[in-house]
Amino acid sequence: MPKPKLGLYWAASCGGCEIAVLDTELKVLEIADFFDIVFWPCAMDFKYDDVRALADGEITLTLFNGAIRSSENYEMAKLLRAKSTVLCAFGSCAADGCIPGLANFTSLEAITRYVYDDSPSTVNPEHVRPQPVWDVPEGTLRLPQLWNTVRTLTQVVDVDYVIPGCPPQPDQIKAVVDAVVDILKNGKPLPPKGTVLGANPRACCEECPRKRDVKKIRAFVRPHELIPDPEICLLEQGLICMGPATRGGCGAKCVKAGVPCRGCYGPPTGVHDQGAKMASAIGGVIDSTDPEEIERIIAGIPDLVGTFYRFSLPGSTLRRRQV
Amino acid sequence: MPKVNITVDGRPIEVEEGSYVLQAAEALGIDIPTLCFFKYVKPYAACRICVVEARDKRGRTRMVTACNYPASEGIEILTRTPRVMAARRLNLEMLMSRCASMPVLTALAGKLGIDQPRWGTGTDTCILCGLCVRVCDEIVGAQALGFASRGIDRFVTTPFEVDSDACILCGACAALCPTGHIRMEEAGGRDVVHSEITLGPNAAIAVPFRQAVPNAPRIDPDFCVHFRTGGCKVCAAVCPKECISHDDVERFEDLEVGTVVLATGYQDFDPTPMKQYGYGRLPNVITSMEFERMNNAAGSTGGKILMENGKEPGAIAILHCIGSRDQNAHPYCSRVCCMYALKFAHLVKEKTSAEVYQLYIDLRAFGKGYEEFFHRILEEGVNVIRGKGAEIVRGGKEYPEGTLLVRCEDTLAAKFREIPVDMVVLCTALEANHDAKDVARRFGISVGADGWFIERHPKLGPVSTTTDGVFLAGVCQSPKDIPDAVAQGSGAAAQAMSLMIRGEVEMDGAYAVIDDEVCSGCRLCNDLCPYSAIGFDETKKTSSVNPALCKACGTCAAGCPSGAIRALHFADEQIYAEIEGILS
Amino acid sequence: MSFEPNLVGFLCNWCSYTGADLAGTARVKYPPNLKVIRVMCSGRVDPNFILDALARGADGVLVCGCHPGDCHYVEGNYKCQRRLPITRMLVGEMGIDPRRVRLEWVSASEGVRFGEVVSEFTEEIRSLGPLALQEWAFDPAAADAQLAHQGGEHA
Ligand SMILES: Cc1cc2nc3c(=O)[nH]c(=O)nc-3n(C[C@H](O)[C@H](O)[C@H](O)COP(=O)(O)OP(=O)(O)OC[C@H]3O[C@@H](n4cnc5c(N)ncnc54)[C@H](O)[C@@H]3O)c2cc1C
Ligand code: SF4
Ligand code: SF4
Ligand code: SF4
Ligand code: SF4
Ligand code: FES
Ligand code: FES
Repeated sequence: MPKPKLGLYWAASCGGCEIAVLDTELKVLEIADFFDIVFWPCAMDFKYDDVRALADGEITLTLFNGAIRSSENYEMAKLLRAKSTVLCAFGSCAADGCIPGLANFTSLEAITRYVYDDSPSTVNPEHVRPQPVWDVPEGTLRLPQLWNTVRTLTQVVDVDYVIPGCPPQPDQIKAVVDAVVDILKNGKPLPPKGTVLGANPRACCEECPRKRDVKKIRAFVRPHELIPDPEICLLEQGLICMGPATRGGCGAKCVKAGVPCRGCYGPPTGVHDQGAKMASAIGGVIDSTDPEEIERIIAGIPDLVGTFYRFSLPGSTLRRRQV
Repeated sequence: MPKVNITVDGRPIEVEEGSYVLQAAEALGIDIPTLCFFKYVKPYAACRICVVEARDKRGRTRMVTACNYPASEGIEILTRTPRVMAARRLNLEMLMSRCASMPVLTALAGKLGIDQPRWGTGTDTCILCGLCVRVCDEIVGAQALGFASRGIDRFVTTPFEVDSDACILCGACAALCPTGHIRMEEAGGRDVVHSEITLGPNAAIAVPFRQAVPNAPRIDPDFCVHFRTGGCKVCAAVCPKECISHDDVERFEDLEVGTVVLATGYQDFDPTPMKQYGYGRLPNVITSMEFERMNNAAGSTGGKILMENGKEPGAIAILHCIGSRDQNAHPYCSRVCCMYALKFAHLVKEKTSAEVYQLYIDLRAFGKGYEEFFHRILEEGVNVIRGKGAEIVRGGKEYPEGTLLVRCEDTLAAKFREIPVDMVVLCTALEANHDAKDVARRFGISVGADGWFIERHPKLGPVSTTTDGVFLAGVCQSPKDIPDAVAQGSGAAAQAMSLMIRGEVEMDGAYAVIDDEVCSGCRLCNDLCPYSAIGFDETKKTSSVNPALCKACGTCAAGCPSGAIRALHFADEQIYAEIEGILS
Repeated sequence: MSFEPNLVGFLCNWCSYTGADLAGTARVKYPPNLKVIRVMCSGRVDPNFILDALARGADGVLVCGCHPGDCHYVEGNYKCQRRLPITRMLVGEMGIDPRRVRLEWVSASEGVRFGEVVSEFTEEIRSLGPLALQEWAFDPAAADAQLAHQGGEHA
């Protein structure tokens, strides 16, 4: 039996997900042994044409990390979808849009202007801008085009499974790999399409060791304003911890280190919109019935969108800011 | 107490040793006149009118006073011997030399055959029986009265003969005084107005009003002497069944109940702000409720229809819709006024010869037999005018003193009228109790714009409310007359009973459930539930809903950031589907 | 053609939904723009529903509950009273005029007021114009066209 083929690709991402794969340590060798890696631009020398040359569905599994924010990302998403039997959104960028997705808070024009003109380190008196198509004597040069709106992988192509996390935790990756190997080796049935792999069905709080009580919030504080009690739930201390509105799986790393959960594993299954859910949960437990006081307490939440949607803006209900 | 056998006028009786002869005579129905005796104070033997002959076992006879002569074995009492009668006459004559014209004495003198007291006729009004002094001391405990001087100068007075605040104004002395020497006087006397007279007698112990439930007397601590001086308790001594306790105190009792029927009724609209009717300003302008009181046999006038000067009115106007069907007061129709106004007309016709004018906007005789009653009123000669009473003014000089002029537009005759009457009854609106909102809040129901409690459904749930187990009866839900109130009350009681008999409540299929596989135990929902239906399991570290307590508000489902709570029948996906449906 | 706002209303079963019924039986006239979703209590209204309605094409969302202190479930409306301002703030930060999300207390007896609230809200949204969310839906045709325009060897 020929080895199953594996593809790994990075679209709009920071590279952390690739490192997370390498962080599985010896597992990576097992992967390399079990699979025939046919595409992994970050680690091995492949060309897009190598992929194009494959038959449709020939790649058994593709782990696709990164959001879709350029014509190139989009092209590769379509290509890998066609060539893969199973396409997996790997990491928060592909799943929910993640940090690159915060571009949806502004516009392509504003970003371009800043990068090519306004940033303090830019010297560009002629206001040169990248041109997607440029004729030179040798022929035509073409550049991929950046999009105004960042998309999740799921929004542009059909995705089979999601492995969340920024990045997915190496232990979770290992577990997923083991499961995949088990399925392929022993002919086990695939999980239902759309299943979230490598995560906890419960929210982050489940993994958090902090003591919890009923919640009544009278004021919000920012992390730099408080040395939190190491034992007690951070929300109860007035810090906006996204833990309850975030899928578990990370092992509550941040909260264990005294930093409120920032929501990288995305909304739990059944929650459409991480930010709106957090708004609802927090609104429920603010301890006041006086409209003015409520306004005052709410005003204490800094950068609502940045806090609630740090990892999920493109995947959220509204998807982008109206500019 | 050992018993002894005695005879009174030859009739044997067994009595307690040491009890007074007067009591034995009373038990036998033998009348011995008394003046200074009162059962509940110690005998004093001051008037000596009760004198009798007592013969002991050895045959010796003595003249004694029956009110304080103790019974002993074998004595014979003779109450009407010539010797007794002569002594009694003598004693009375001596009293009359002090105050001859007192009715208690003249009546007795008549019975004893005294024409002319031998020692002259005095003009004093006090017979020095000391009842007042003793009742104030022994019963009331105020000790506000005493005797001063001696012999023929003796008289009853307050300490040092000055006005004293030892007197608690209970009036016991005046009530007991046989001659009327002591009177209660109101300082700065003034006219008593109808509205200040309560339905029932204003005594310390009384049945509050005739229809009171339970129909038993109660002590009003504001008036009861015992609560002011620690004394009295005469009522307890009088009560043969020993029902009276002065130690009972007001108690608040928490009752655990499964069903509640709210029947809190209404309050009367106050017409004072409607200056045009002069209520509170013009004499003999009264409200319908005041008329009802007056008409009540237990009310201020004993059921007579009287003006403030105590005379019967010659003409009465009854004005409908005061505060009802009025954009400046209550827009709704109070529903009962038309019919009770006709009832008033009938009563006035029955009890007086007064002319009656009814002024109405529309006559709403909607009930069984009501239209027929209206026709009867017409036959009784009541003047029925279609037109709302607009104003009441005092009549000018051309009218007799006290005449009131009722102005209105007679819309059937299409002319302005000014009707002279002696008395006006304002049929004031029924309005929601001032505290209806608080009551509603307490029972988790709501009030409408007019303040009446809102039923679950105007047609399909007219006695139940939005809170399970809470039912409505009577005017608290909306104005209605007694038959309707009773009907609704019966319905409410029946619904409450059916709930109670079943002993268990059927739960709605709608409640919240927490998916144990999803709950992360963040506890954000725990305090959201107003019914404390959400509990936290410390070992499993998850929360769960007690469906029997959950009322399905869905607040927790909205608040669970993990999406672990499902509000059955209003689940997220159902609502998303609705949103999708209405927007597609 | 004049713009007819597309409005979604989340009405509490006990007060505003009944109030809306009353507006109907009392023949109160108000614009037909509001499409109503009944919830048991304004406390059930998850900001998710509001965003979902906006994303699906609503130009405005009205949430109505019982007056403070009158909630059938004692305090559900207080939760709504706290969730709604956060939602409005959130919507505002997302570049949507927060006036498009409104909270009103309407009791079961306020049929007339319900009519007024709906009329007023409809007029306000009419003056704000349609909420056409930019690039909400992914347009594969446009993305493909862009790829084609990029031309080159892969086109
Ligand atoms: C002048 C007048 C004449 C009328 N004549 C007639 C007539 O002839 N025939 C007829 O059919 N109807 C008549 N009516 C109407 C009649 O009075 C009402 O239909 C009837 O009283 C309604 O009964 P109810 O039990 O609903 O309310 P109510 O009689 O008002 O009784 C309510 C009771 O609840 C008590 N209560 C209030 N709040 C509380 C609370 N928070 N806790 C505990 N208790 C509370 C009140 O003290 C009161 O005793 C007349 C009304 C008026 C004003
Ligand atoms: S909210 Fe944050 S700190 Fe609190 S229990 Fe959840 S993860 Fe832990
Ligand atoms: S109620 Fe009884 S104790 Fe009170 S004053 Fe009257 S008789 Fe005396
Ligand atoms: S809010 Fe949700 S996740 Fe948190 S304890 Fe309650 S049910 Fe569990
Ligand atoms: S739905 Fe309402 S009543 Fe039921 S458990 Fe949740 S908060 Fe409590
Ligand atoms: S780098 Fe992997 S999701 Fe962000
Ligand atoms: S029941 Fe109406 S807002 Fe809660």
